[in-house]
Amino acid sequence: MSYIQLNGITRRFGNVTAVDNLTLHIEKGECFSMLGPSGCGKTTTLRMVAGFEDIDEGEIRVGDRLLSSHKENFYLPPEKRDFGMVFQAFAVWPHMSVFENIAFPLRLRNLSADEIRSRTTEALRNTNLLDDADISPMDLSGGGKQRVALARALALNPDVMLLDEPLSSLDPHLREEMRFEIKDLQRKFGFSILYVTHDQSEAMALSDRIMVMRAGHVEQIDTPLNIYRKPASKFVFSFIGLSNFLKVVKSGDAVKPTGSDDAVNLPAPADVFGQSSAAVLASRPSEIDFGDDGHVRGLVKRRTYLGEIVDYAIVVGDQEVRVQKTARSPGPGPGETCGLKFLYPHWYPE
Amino acid sequence: MNTSVSNSPALRKTRSFGAGEVLLVISIAILVIVVVVPVALIFFNAMWVPGKGFNITDIVDVLSEPETYEALTNSIIIACGTTTMSTIVGTFFAWLVTRTDIPYKSFMKMLFLVPFMLPSFIGALAWKMLLNERIGYINNWLRSLYDVIGIADGPVFNIYSFHGIMMVETMYLFPFVFIQVSGALERMDPTLEESARISGASLFTITRKITIPLVLPSILSGALLIMLYSMAHFGTVAVLGVQVGIINIPYLIYQHIHQSAGSFAAIRTGTVLAAVLVVTAAIIMWTQNKILSRGRYQIIGGKSFRPVEVKLRGLRIPLFVFSIAYIGFTIALPTITIFLVGGLKTYGLPLVLENMTWDNYHRALFVNPQTQRAIWNSVSLGLSAAVITMFAGVIISYVIVKMKVRGKGILEFLGMLPFSVPGSVIALGVILAWGGGHTIPFTGIQINLYNTVWIILVAYIARYMALSLRANSAALEQVHDSLIEAARACGAGMAQSLRDVVLPLVRPGMIAAFFLIFLPALRELTVSVMLYGTNTRTIGVEIYVLNEDGATVESAALAGIALLIIISGQVIIERLTGVRAK
Ligand SMILES: Nc1ncnc2c1ncn2[C@@H]1O[C@H](COP(=O)(O)OP(=O)(O)OP(=O)(O)O)[C@@H](O)[C@H]1O
Ligand SMILES: [Mg+2]
Repeated sequence: MSYIQLNGITRRFGNVTAVDNLTLHIEKGECFSMLGPSGCGKTTTLRMVAGFEDIDEGEIRVGDRLLSSHKENFYLPPEKRDFGMVFQAFAVWPHMSVFENIAFPLRLRNLSADEIRSRTTEALRNTNLLDDADISPMDLSGGGKQRVALARALALNPDVMLLDEPLSSLDPHLREEMRFEIKDLQRKFGFSILYVTHDQSEAMALSDRIMVMRAGHVEQIDTPLNIYRKPASKFVFSFIGLSNFLKVVKSGDAVKPTGSDDAVNLPAPADVFGQSSAAVLASRPSEIDFGDDGHVRGLVKRRTYLGEIVDYAIVVGDQEVRVQKTARSPGPGPGETCGLKFLYPHWYPE
Repeated sequence: MNTSVSNSPALRKTRSFGAGEVLLVISIAILVIVVVVPVALIFFNAMWVPGKGFNITDIVDVLSEPETYEALTNSIIIACGTTTMSTIVGTFFAWLVTRTDIPYKSFMKMLFLVPFMLPSFIGALAWKMLLNERIGYINNWLRSLYDVIGIADGPVFNIYSFHGIMMVETMYLFPFVFIQVSGALERMDPTLEESARISGASLFTITRKITIPLVLPSILSGALLIMLYSMAHFGTVAVLGVQVGIINIPYLIYQHIHQSAGSFAAIRTGTVLAAVLVVTAAIIMWTQNKILSRGRYQIIGGKSFRPVEVKLRGLRIPLFVFSIAYIGFTIALPTITIFLVGGLKTYGLPLVLENMTWDNYHRALFVNPQTQRAIWNSVSLGLSAAVITMFAGVIISYVIVKMKVRGKGILEFLGMLPFSVPGSVIALGVILAWGGGHTIPFTGIQINLYNTVWIILVAYIARYMALSLRANSAALEQVHDSLIEAARACGAGMAQSLRDVVLPLVRPGMIAAFFLIFLPALRELTVSVMLYGTNTRTIGVEIYVLNEDGATVESAALAGIALLIIISGQVIIERLTGVRAK
């Protein structure tokens, strides 16, 4: 049985369904990311796990504890769930020193002064904050504040850490550094992570599994590699990197890009064509080769050098396909025709 | 070649220096005339004894007179009591409308601002009618209730007391705290509280350890505003305290001014008292700045959710009803009482239909030249003061916020002064400056404005300058420097960029300043009561004097008319600003 279980949970705000019948099982010690565009319900899901939002349907369990249940109208309040949580805007308390911020959760649990001191010091050491213990967190940089928030969440040694875009207020280079720090801490302490982000590279770098969400629904739950290699839908495909979607229609046995008379020289799975007999052929700009044995033919409209890479805009029928190659590799010039070979084609219903 | 000469840094610098210099001098001159000279004269007169030179022992003598000593203690007791009660009431209601699931929130938020519309001395008049120990309507009703249930001599409330005064001031001053605290609670990043919650803190612990400490600077700054106001406030004590011998500093200053009839000898005591008020106010302002600069935490979050609301459950409806009842009891009841008593044939008659008449209102508006003149005085004074103060405020704020001229530091310092000079002090100061006692140095001219509307106008301008400076600098801070620079880069001169770029952008601030001054000026009492002459009574003074003379119903009728004007003014503002917002 999985450690964290969300069974059919739904949350509505007025007539917006922020999360719709979501089922999710997460293992102990797993790092699980929720990825999706703004407003898709990531934060709402996390807040339901934390206990800040009630649920309109379903139940949430962690280990053998029932946390929220709509049917039983049971909600364990957030302060009783013993989770660690880190927020986007740091949320460190400006009226307490760094030390007091981290000691706060320990003080609430009637521990001895010695134990509070040693556990706080331990958390400070783990987050490289030992030298800053007595200053105000307001004198720290953004990264420093987020370390305080992390240390505070770690102080109780929780089994579950909830992180809501913890790095998106930081500079890009700091973001990468903190990413690895979080991962190291998890390795050391073995807690499970529920991680919310809208940055796909962050999710890929950190996670054991990723859930891609859209408008309150699950689009796909899988390992980072599988999310990249086998996107379950056109939406996931587009969310994970640069993408081309070539619209095609089936006429007789042939499959042709719209506005083109040449058939696509690739076998298309029969089940992607609905009643409209239309579908899309998805590809990444960097996973297309030029060559006379290409799957479609097109006319080079534009060639742009972007430093390391060259970006081509190729007209196929009435559509445009982007191709990216390294600057040194040979390729056709503007106005020339060329064949395009899709290295990893994906087919999706229209 | 030519271009390079006209673009030389030296030339450009001289030109802008000139324009800036002129505005700076104008700004400093305005503040010196309306605020600095009066306040300086107060300190001068407090310490300068004719024949003896500078002398501190006389100040000690004045302060140790039983009368002054008592007034000072009374002022402090009343200010402290009022501040404590207002802070509790204001913080509680602020928490209620921002952090709980009480119904009709936005309506409730407006509701708690309504007390600002009722001038506290008119409130005091109403409470005198309701809770006069012998003949107050509520006390009469209580006594008849005791008769029915058979208690002899049940307790009644006596409004003529410290408790009464503090209660009435609290009713009309607590919104100062309410506004500050509810604003802070609303802007506060809710994750600050949520992270305490997930750390294991209960709502009670969070309130105590996180929420209150974080909004403490706002609570204190609202509380200090109330303290400042109450220390220097004339009306409530004059109506409710004087009868039973409770006198505060503003009332004592008032007595001295009116006994002296403009002569200086008798005003000396007044100047010492005023100096005490200024020093107290300065200490309060200083404390407030200290607290704000130390405690202004960055508690405003980036991406904010609605904060977690405390579920009141069973208390939700009772607390809602309680809030409505509180406003009903403290605002609606006194207002209705004023209107009803204003319609009585004679004060003391029971409030039944056959005792009612429109006569008092009719006479106040159309027959009695005294009340007519008072209304005219207040309206014309309010309008002139609002217009003048509004423009002066724009100029001064512009120099302070936007210009880089040498000597600006002086102006910044002078600009703080209007905030810390209480109304009663300003009144005394303008008497000293413009009451004919001093000749302007080097000119031999003596200005005597005593007993004219001009002296009241000068005092109003000084009194309301702070409001105008605040509204206008807030508006100007929104105008980014680059907008002005862009206009100047397009070839617009200083004056033209002011007119075409800055003015349209600060117009909302100016309109706000206008109404912020005009409406309170209409009902002003603390300053006008020190400065009025036979023909220069304002509405506030007329209401006060009528009440003192025992003409209670006439005074209530005029108060009713004043309330109607204030309410319509408020409605017009809402309309104007509402339309603007869309
Ligand atoms: N307290 C609330 N009241 C009303 N609507 C809400 C509330 N909280 C969330 N919503 C709505 O629910 C939907 C999902 O919001 P949520 O914050 O979970 O999205 P998100 O995926 O975290 O987005 P983002 O990337 O912008 O943080 C949105 O349409 C949002 O407007
Ligand atoms: Mg979110």
